[in-house]
Formats: sequence, C-alpha cells, structure tokens
Amino acid sequence: MALRTEPFVINFGPLHPSTHGVFRLRATLDGEVVTELEPVFGYLHRGIEKLAEGYTYKQSICLTDRLDYVAAMSNNLAYVLAVEKLAGIAVPERAEYLRVILAELQRIVSHLVAVGAFVNDCGAFQTPILYMFREREKILDLFEMACGQRLTYNYMRFGGLSQDVPEEFIPALRKFVDQMPGYIDEYDQLIAGNEIFLARARGVGILSREMAINNSASGPVLRASGVAWDIRKADPYSIYPRFEFDIPTGTAGDCYDRYWVRIKEMRQSVRIIKQAMEQLPQGPVTTRVSLNLKPPAGEAYAHVEAPKGDLGFYLVSDGTDKPYRWHVRAPSLLNLTALRDMCIGWKVADVIIIFGSIDITMGEVDR
Amino acid sequence: MTLALSGEDLAPILSGRFPGSIIKATKDSLLVKSEGLLNLAAFLQTEAGLEFDYLSNMTGVDYREYFEVVYQLTSLKHNHSLIVKVQNHDRSNPVLPSLVCLWCGANFQEREIYDLLGIKFEGHADLKRIFLWEGFQGHPLRKDFTDGA
Amino acid sequence: MTEFNWGHFGLFAVLILVSVLTVVMGFIWFERRALARMQIRLGPNRTGPFGLLQPVADVLKVLIKEDIVPAQADKIVHWLAPIVALVPALMIFAVVPFQDGGLLADLNIGLLYVLAVSSVSTLGIFMAGWASNNKYTIIAAMRDVAAVVSYEIPLALSLVGVILVAGTMSMNGIVQEQNNVPLIFWQPLGFFIFFISGLAEINRTPFDLLEADSEIIAGFHTEYSGMKFALFYLMEYAETLALSALVATFFLGGWQGFLLPGWLWLLLKIVLVFFVIMWIRATLPRVRIDQMMSLAWKFLFPLALLNMVITGIEVVAWPDALPWVLIPVNIVIAAGLIILMSRNHKTGWGRVEV
Repeated sequence: MALRTEPFVINFGPLHPSTHGVFRLRATLDGEVVTELEPVFGYLHRGIEKLAEGYTYKQSICLTDRLDYVAAMSNNLAYVLAVEKLAGIAVPERAEYLRVILAELQRIVSHLVAVGAFVNDCGAFQTPILYMFREREKILDLFEMACGQRLTYNYMRFGGLSQDVPEEFIPALRKFVDQMPGYIDEYDQLIAGNEIFLARARGVGILSREMAINNSASGPVLRASGVAWDIRKADPYSIYPRFEFDIPTGTAGDCYDRYWVRIKEMRQSVRIIKQAMEQLPQGPVTTRVSLNLKPPAGEAYAHVEAPKGDLGFYLVSDGTDKPYRWHVRAPSLLNLTALRDMCIGWKVADVIIIFGSIDITMGEVDR
Repeated sequence: MTLALSGEDLAPILSGRFPGSIIKATKDSLLVKSEGLLNLAAFLQTEAGLEFDYLSNMTGVDYREYFEVVYQLTSLKHNHSLIVKVQNHDRSNPVLPSLVCLWCGANFQEREIYDLLGIKFEGHADLKRIFLWEGFQGHPLRKDFTDGA
Repeated sequence: MTEFNWGHFGLFAVLILVSVLTVVMGFIWFERRALARMQIRLGPNRTGPFGLLQPVADVLKVLIKEDIVPAQADKIVHWLAPIVALVPALMIFAVVPFQDGGLLADLNIGLLYVLAVSSVSTLGIFMAGWASNNKYTIIAAMRDVAAVVSYEIPLALSLVGVILVAGTMSMNGIVQEQNNVPLIFWQPLGFFIFFISGLAEINRTPFDLLEADSEIIAGFHTEYSGMKFALFYLMEYAETLALSALVATFFLGGWQGFLLPGWLWLLLKIVLVFFVIMWIRATLPRVRIDQMMSLAWKFLFPLALLNMVITGIEVVAWPDALPWVLIPVNIVIAAGLIILMSRNHKTGWGRVEV
C-alpha cells in the first residue's frame, strides 16, 4: 500500500526568532521538504517615500537612516550623493576621505551582524554572534565619538559632513584597524573549518550566475554566484578610484560562498580604511549650502555599494525645496526575488539558513 | 566607469528596428511607446553590443497628467547603462506591459508600483499588493491620494 | 524475591528526588554562568552571590505564571504530557549507584531497566507536540520520534560492549568490575558511540533541532507556560543529569576513587561530563534532521556493530589479556575505525526534486 501524504502550509513569522525582522514566509511542506514558498512583506511599511515628499531635502536625511538601520552610514551616503548630483554641490577632500572611512567601517559592522546572525541560524547558540558583537561595539564606539549616535547617525550632509571628527577618533581608529585582522582570523578559525557548519552551508541554496543576474541580485549575493560586479569598481563614486582593493568572488553561489565573500570583504574594508587614514588631509568638512536647498528641476540617480548590495536613490525635483519623487532602490527587496527558486526542494532548516545568508533588513525591504 | 549611453545615439538604431516606437530621445534617457515596449526591451536584452542583462531599478512617478515608469538597464558585460521611460496618460486605469518574462527582477518592483501607484502590468502572473494589505482602498503614492481620515 | 523494604525504598526515593532536583538547579546555574563566560559575557550575577539563587528565581517566576492551554488543544493529553516526560527521567536514578550498594534497587538487569525506562520520555514529548494543535510542534514531535528511535539502537549496542567486558548487567556490579581501570579505556569506541547517541536522545546541541530556536520557535513546548513548562525544562536537565550519571557509572568508574566518599566522586564525575556537554553546546552549530538520521544509521550503527563484534572476540579469545596490552590496542582500533568510517560518510542528502 502506497503511503499517502498530505502537504500542509506553515507560516514562518511574522513574529519569529529568525526572520530578521517582521517577515513572513508561507511555505508548503511535504514532510520536511519545501514544495512552495511565498514571501509576504509589508509589516514594516512606513510610507517613507511618501513622507519624504512632504519633507525638505535636508529633513529626509534622517529618514534614510531608518531604511537599512543596520548600515545607516551607507544610506546617508547614497542619499547625499544623489542630492549633490541633482544640485551640483562639490565636496571638500577631507569630507570625502572621512565618508569613505565611515562607509567602510559601516560595511564591517553590517557584515559582522550578517555573519553572526547567519551562524546563529545554523544553530551555534549565539557564541559566534556575541564574539562578533564585541568588534561591533568597538566600531559603534568610534561612531559615537564622531556623531554621538550608535544606530541612526544622520551624520552626512550635502557637501560634506555635519561636523568634523574629534581628535581622539583617528588614534582609536588606528588601534582598531591594527587589531581587526586578528579578530577576523579568529572567526575564520572557529567557524570556517567546522564540519557541521560546512555540512549545513556548503551546497545549500545554490543561486546560479544567470539566475542571479536575471533576478537583479546585487552585493555579496551576486558576487558569491561568480559575478565580479562591485559598484565601487564598476561605477565608482566619491574617491574610491584612489584606493587599491580586491573584489572577492565566490564560485558556487551557495550559502557558504555568501558567508565567505562577506568575511573577505571585511578584510578588504580594513585595507581601504588603512589607505584612507594615511592619505587623510586637513581641511574643512562642510560646504555652505543654503538652508532651504532648492535644486534645479530635473532628475538624478546615484547608487553606492552598500553592505547589502546596490543601494540607489532616484530623485525628481520640480524646483521647490521638497522632492517631487523620492525613490529608494532597495537591495534587500531585490535580493529576495530569487528566494523562492533558491529554497524549493530544500528542508525547513535550510530555508532559514538560505534566508539568513541573503542578509536582509526589513526596514529596507518595506520602506 | 559605467558608461551612461545616450538616448540620442541609440535612437536611430532602435527606430530602424522598431519604427515609430521612440517618442523622445534625449542625452539622458529614451522615451518609448508602451505598446512596443516588450519587443524593444527584448531587443535591448539580447542584441550583441547592447546586451542589457541586468535591470538595475524600476521607478514609477506620478506627473499629475500622466504616469511614467523609468527603467534603469545595465549591461554587466559591457559596463554601460541606459534609461528607458514609458508613459501612460490614462489616470483612471493605467496599464503597461510587464517585463517579468525578460527580467525576473521586475517582479517585486512591478508589484510595488501597482500597490503604491495603481499602474497595472499586463502579463505579470501574480499582480497583487506587496506592502499594503489586501482590501486597502486607493494608491497612496499618487499625488491626488487622500487617506480619507 | 526479597521482602519489600519500605524503609529503604522510601528513604532512597526521597533522597533521589531531593538530590536530583538540587543538582538540576545547580546545573542550571552552572550552565548559565559557564556558557556566558564562553560567550564573553557575565551571566547571572545579581541574584545572590555569583547569581547562585538564579534557578530559585527562575522556579518562582515560572510557578506564578498563568497556565495557558490553547483552545483547540487536547486538554487531557496536554496536561499529561509533562508528567509522562519527566517521571521516566527520574526513574533512571533508581538504579544509579551512589555508593557501594547505595542505590534504590540493585536490579541484576539494571542496565536493561535504564534502557527501557529512558525511552518512555519520548512518548511524553510526542504527546506534547501533538496535543498543542500547532503545526510547529507537530514538526518538532515528528522529528523527535524519528531521532530518538534511530539513536536508541547505537545506544543499546554500545552498551553491549560494556556488558561483555563487565560480565554483568547490574549497575553496581559494573562499577565494581572497574576497580582497576575505568571502562572508558577498555571501550573507547563504545564510549564515543554512547556519548553521541546520548546527546541525541536528550536533544542537546548539536542535535537540538527539536527545540531549535531559530526554526520552530520552541519545538514541542511552544504552547506550554507556567508549571508545565517548568516540568519540561526540568525534564531536559534531569535527562542531561541522567546521561552524565550513566556515562560516569558505565565508563568513568562511578563511585570509585580514593580518599573522598563515593557519592562525592560520582558527583565530580557527573559535573565533568556535564561540563563537556555544555562546552559542546557553546561551540557547535546544529545538524539538520536528515543529517542526524544518516549519522545514526550509516555511521554510528555500523560502528556499534563492529564494536560489539570486536569486544566479543576480545572477551572470548583473550580473557586473560593484560590491561596495558589490550587498552592501547582498543584505542588504536577505535581511532582507526572512526577515521575510516567518517571519510566514507556523506552527511544527509541534498536537494529533493519537487
């Protein structure tokens, strides 16, 4: 007699310890195997794009912090670059270097959280994530020194930064940058060779090269699938052409490669920060911009390589001091497009791991 | 550096292949008719020398008299990009062709534009609201949206 | 059959209950502090000196919580499940010798009794998962049944080696037979298999997918609160204590040792084994269910069979072999077999075509 089984539908989330925010996955399971998967979001939709149409350009900077709240400096950077393109504002040298240093520090923070949460999802009961949070604390202390905030910075302005960093910032940064490679080695040693971790992450959730490109994936997800596309090299912004760094690329496009790419990117970020610190000039960090900025009518699109992927801002101005259209190209939302195809055929436990390896922040997905 | 292709340079090639489909070609962008969008986009994706295999961004804008959807296409192979725009002057029931069959990345973005602006995409298999709940009346990002409160 | 000695049984029953509960509370404290230190944080340090009263605070908190039963749940089964899960874990201690001759009942089939009783807890877990009327708990309950049934076999087979070497199934007898050399040296492979299968039976990392926080919320006890949840929590630690006690008795020599009283030695050995279990929890990620099953059937089961055969050959062919000849031979055989089999072992199967 053949065994009769019945598929059933289960909801992961929206309140779930592992869905990295309020995110719901409707999965149809046949035993433990996932046969159908539908992501449902919108639980954190705050209408930021509509809100921004009622704020002036400068007031929207604090809105950008709340998009990808784990990596707020990159959001700030993308937005001020877009407005500077729209209004034609120049940025002093010292501000450019400090922006690069802060963006790369932010990349390290975001990848620490991403990798820590990913290994936590694999089941390592918070030991790796707590080790990584130790380094994150040091970086957050640096941010607090610079702008007084630990999560939502509101630090960058059109034409530079809101204020210069204090004197103790550079020595503290130097100390951190000297110690960081040792810490990254420690993580690699503890996690990367672990048999169980390899058995969970290697070969799981493969995203092929063609699928990644067609699904508009970006950031570490795209690079782990073998595409060497990094906005900092392909379409450089700010002063990135002056620095030497590599683009780590994976081969298989599985969860292990996405983890590995992030670890490598952290090392490259440390390299960039070292170079930026050496070349850091003295000088002003702000430009006189009118309090009520009225950019000329037109449109502009600027994108940066945020830790999560290709973060872009599309702004349309009608000549007034409030934007006519304010749109965010959210990397987390677009990276999720391939989630269904990546998860079908795998088991319940793998769905959580694959979802964790994509590394999303709901603030950006839902806006 | 990603070369932003000029609409004026591409317009002759595209007008030759798809006569009458280009409404306006500027240095920055290319405004095309919505009827021929699907064929034009397929041509842009597959033609040697162009090969726009990556859809960077898709934005919907409400210009009061008409709706406009802006596509930012990128070619990872040749490292150049192009901006393509389509417009729809029907305020009550705007319909545009869907590009999901060419670029899967358009899936969630088209749902978002439908949800917030009300533009329907013909050919999208699963066009339903993405951020707001089913049963929500209206499309908030429209300029004439009042939440009735 | 000996007379029913009420005094002896009553004394030991009370002694077991009190000591098990106290040691469990101590374990809860120990785990939280030591785990925290391994994760570079402090752990509880406010409730009493060094946070020693933390388990007391936990128990009090859990006792005063509201007992919520889901509306569609099967009420009787939901109520019975914690009891069915906890009592067998406590019953194991009836045959653990605290001293030479100091145990509740010196059954001459003590080992068989332990194996039989320890499986009943699974029924309680499955009852909990089923009666909660919740899809997550059903998944957890199914996983649990599959896992425990699979790991029973290597568990039992690894103990056959112990029986063959010790010559008796009585727990006190096994400890007495270890008066020169603890059995861990005679049976390294048996210890390895028993330890891993035991970890799987009590659902500890790396096999804690039954209460995987990141996947199925809290597994089978998602819908439990108040005293019933306390009973499940207690059951988890009581089973860990039982496994530590069994490992200490079978492989580490139980109450034997110089100078200190026997029960203190047993306690020290139990704490050592518990520390290793907890250390594993702090370090390793968890496996997937199909990887867990393939580990039981394709890796541990053949190893256990081989262990049984090799031990049998040793006991029959060389009954008078000297310890310092046989022990290195055993260790080399164990290491060789483990390395050989782990190279040929493929963990789980990958993607299923749907």
